[in-house]
Amino acid sequence: MPQNKGVENDIPRIKATLPKIITESGSVIEKEFIELTVNGEAYELRIGNRHGEVDPVHTLAHTLRETLNLTGTKIGCDNGACGACTVIIDGKAVLSCLMLTVECDGKSITTIEGLADPITGALDPIQQSFVDHTAFQCGYCTPGIIMSTKALLHKNQSPTEQEVKESLSGHYCRCISHYHVIEAVMDVVERGR
Amino acid sequence: MAKKYRFIGKPAPRKDAVEIVTGHAKFVGDIKQHGLLWGKVLRSPHPHANIKNIDTSKAARLPGVRAVLTHHDVPKWKAGVPPHLPMLDSKVRFVGDAVALVAAETEEIAAEACNLIDVEYEQLPAVYDVEEAIKPDAPQLYEQFPGNILPRGLPFFGPELLQEVIMGDVDQGFQEAEIISEGTYAFENIPNPLPYEPPGAIASWDGPDTLNVWVSGQGAYLDRLSVYYTLGRKIKVNAYGGPCGGSYGSKGMSLPVVLYSAILARVTGRPVRVCLSKEEHLNTFALRLGSRIHGRVGMKKDGTITAISGDWLINTGYYSSATQGMVAVGCGEVQLALRCNNWDLRPKVICTNRCASGIVRGFGGQELKCALLPIVTEAMEKLDIDPFEFFKKNYIRPGDGYYWRDSNWYVYRGAEYSKAMDKGAEAFRWSKKWRGWLKPTSVDGSKRRGVGVGVHGNGDTGEDTSEAYVRLDPDGTATIYSSICEHGTGQRSCLCKMVAEVLQLPLEHINITDSDTRISPYEFGPAGSRGTYAIGSAAIAAAEDAKQKLFALSAHALNAKPEDLETEDGMLFIRGNPENRIQWRRGMGVDSTVLGFGRFEADFTLPNFMMTFVEVEVDTETGKVDLLRVVSATDVGQIIDPYMLENQLNGCLGSAGIDSALIEESVLDTNTGRLLTANMVDYKWRTFAELPEMQNVILETPFPSHRFGAIGIGEIATAPGPSAVLMAVSNAIGTRLHSYPITPDKVLAALGKIRGGDEK
Ligand code: FES
Ligand code: FES
Repeated sequence: MPQNKGVENDIPRIKATLPKIITESGSVIEKEFIELTVNGEAYELRIGNRHGEVDPVHTLAHTLRETLNLTGTKIGCDNGACGACTVIIDGKAVLSCLMLTVECDGKSITTIEGLADPITGALDPIQQSFVDHTAFQCGYCTPGIIMSTKALLHKNQSPTEQEVKESLSGHYCRCISHYHVIEAVMDVVERGR
Repeated sequence: MAKKYRFIGKPAPRKDAVEIVTGHAKFVGDIKQHGLLWGKVLRSPHPHANIKNIDTSKAARLPGVRAVLTHHDVPKWKAGVPPHLPMLDSKVRFVGDAVALVAAETEEIAAEACNLIDVEYEQLPAVYDVEEAIKPDAPQLYEQFPGNILPRGLPFFGPELLQEVIMGDVDQGFQEAEIISEGTYAFENIPNPLPYEPPGAIASWDGPDTLNVWVSGQGAYLDRLSVYYTLGRKIKVNAYGGPCGGSYGSKGMSLPVVLYSAILARVTGRPVRVCLSKEEHLNTFALRLGSRIHGRVGMKKDGTITAISGDWLINTGYYSSATQGMVAVGCGEVQLALRCNNWDLRPKVICTNRCASGIVRGFGGQELKCALLPIVTEAMEKLDIDPFEFFKKNYIRPGDGYYWRDSNWYVYRGAEYSKAMDKGAEAFRWSKKWRGWLKPTSVDGSKRRGVGVGVHGNGDTGEDTSEAYVRLDPDGTATIYSSICEHGTGQRSCLCKMVAEVLQLPLEHINITDSDTRISPYEFGPAGSRGTYAIGSAAIAAAEDAKQKLFALSAHALNAKPEDLETEDGMLFIRGNPENRIQWRRGMGVDSTVLGFGRFEADFTLPNFMMTFVEVEVDTETGKVDLLRVVSATDVGQIIDPYMLENQLNGCLGSAGIDSALIEESVLDTNTGRLLTANMVDYKWRTFAELPEMQNVILETPFPSHRFGAIGIGEIATAPGPSAVLMAVSNAIGTRLHSYPITPDKVLAALGKIRGGDEK
């Protein structure tokens, strides 16, 4: 039986799997670090397989949750089927369980933790509306749904109810909070009109 | 008319709302602890096999691995009722059974280590069908359960568990009948309640005798008790709960997961987290019971039921965590809905080589009704009885009695529910839409619409024991000590409201402790809709106790008798003289706190009620069924929070509820024993784009329950729907369907357009 040998000093460093980044001009560079901006903060993360590093197999969802401790982004299926892991990259809602972190080098990412005002703590109007309408039960689906809504309203300030439903249709909600979610989102839309 | 309250009945934001919408709520999988290891389970690829050999040496050598455990290495801790499921065994009983446990520094290393374990299996024949499983030559899952039949009883529910419904004289009842219907119906699609957050636990040890467990669940005390008993009552167990990403009852089956983390933590001396992946969740965790009935129902033209008999065969999969208790509650609930003097309903709990079935809201009753009610409706059809009128006639009324789970006879003393039924029917426009049995409500080309109705109630609104403390502080704030977790109902916030109402204190000045068995008194936890009445009563009593103590301490400061005092907004005054008021601290002193205690003892006399009306549209070309509309009708005595209540009732679609009649099923390949639906693409669920119109009709006739006259309802929301959908589709297409879910192939087969589909 292996004994407790202290934290991770027996894990060999990986070398061979550094990601190759192909630049626009076609040249190949190997990187030791990648840069991410998350909720306005810049991170430089070493590529590797120790704690605090980005393993090339890590998804963005994993890095956000385990490396950056931004656990507001949830993992449901880890397979692109449920929407739990939705974050915003370049204004678009993306499934962070389907992206490798190394693919996100240089990208700016917004997670659920980045929506409220960092100084005053004031909630984003979407968040506030979810609070006011109790648009959740267990709340596990909520971060993903709010991030998708944020991206939707960024693109289309006054979607119809049908458009809201369609754009959220990739989100699993087992408690069936859908009806209150739609009320909450349409309330934000109405107020914006 | 309902009394006017300051907080009760008015919507208020959930106490935890900001944490939830900002992503700061810490679910078990979000908790970081120093030195936390990842635990993983190696699972069996075979449905039934002996483990001949198991070689962990390669896995153990993998850098970063801290422990690899097999059945040779672990204590004989057993889960199940009665205890029968070893944490790890030399035998596996379903595809997905635990074979070995690994703890490692990272998730990837733990997974890799699992891959490096070599196991040699001796495969055994497997059995999946309940009737096959009880044949004399069937493969046997447990030596101690000959015939694969689980023994009766669930000690936690008392010594005399209700395990059948036998009363009156069925032979005479059938003689009195004007019509007898007989047949077999089954609800065996074993849907998964599939809470979003997968089951998970963290364990750590403080020395050899104290175990700490953080569990995704409904209330920490049950985790504490189940682990304490499983570990031989020698270890002190502290259980902590946090926000829970859905449960619907199912996380009451987390014990094996907790044991995995506990033993890995013990061996490594580090905290260990075991959180199932979604595939593991779908493959290995808490399906609904398989339920099949060969039943017989006698009825008179006026809708009087003269006799009900049947063999109820319950498939619990590879083990039972509380299935006998579900049978007990199901047997109680069926009497609430079907008034009948002559019963002979005999359940059998049978284990088979597939993933375990067990605790899900609807708790035995949904599974029983889904199979039994269609037989009852065949009798209604023969007598041309409107099912709404039938349910109204036969649902329990004040003064009627029933056997409940402890085999005692109880008399219902709550409200008359027929008013709620009428209001529901009116909202649905039942009398306009009901055209008779096997007749569509409307036909438009290939599209045919049909309606159905179902009913359910549960006498567990006051089940089991709750305790709470309420502490008052001189600054005019109050704290509720309760170990319940927030699993989605909003119950923690509703408790704050009830206490706010008793103390007339703004909601912002009331808090509730984290779920922690070290600081809170005993609490069974939210289950069976007991949150409002049972848990609520304990908190209300604790608040009242604290208030009286506050008055006793403060009377001298106002020169009054304690019984003449009142409080509001953290101020004290003499009744009738609110202008002359002092702050709490002037009464009780700044150097004191006041602690009130409340306890609730089980009361099974207030069953709740829900009637669900559904309208479906069937495309007879494609066989596709669309759920158009759902109306749920109930009477809850007094609404505590309208948004939270509506949310719970809307939940009737999900968590293996109404949709288990339409789209949800775990498809078992009986050649290999594997589930073919163990991912969130192949397992079907309702999306935002496909929501039916939903209406909840909620009456408020005060109940003789607690101070605010309310009872709970959430747990039963799913239960009446599925059989109503079966009825509606049968009416739409003019022919009966016999099993769930009603997939297009079954519809087309019933219409004679293709072969196969629904088999009787
Ligand atoms: S976790 Fe990413 S889509 Fe489900
Ligand atoms: S609120 Fe529980 S999954 Fe959506």
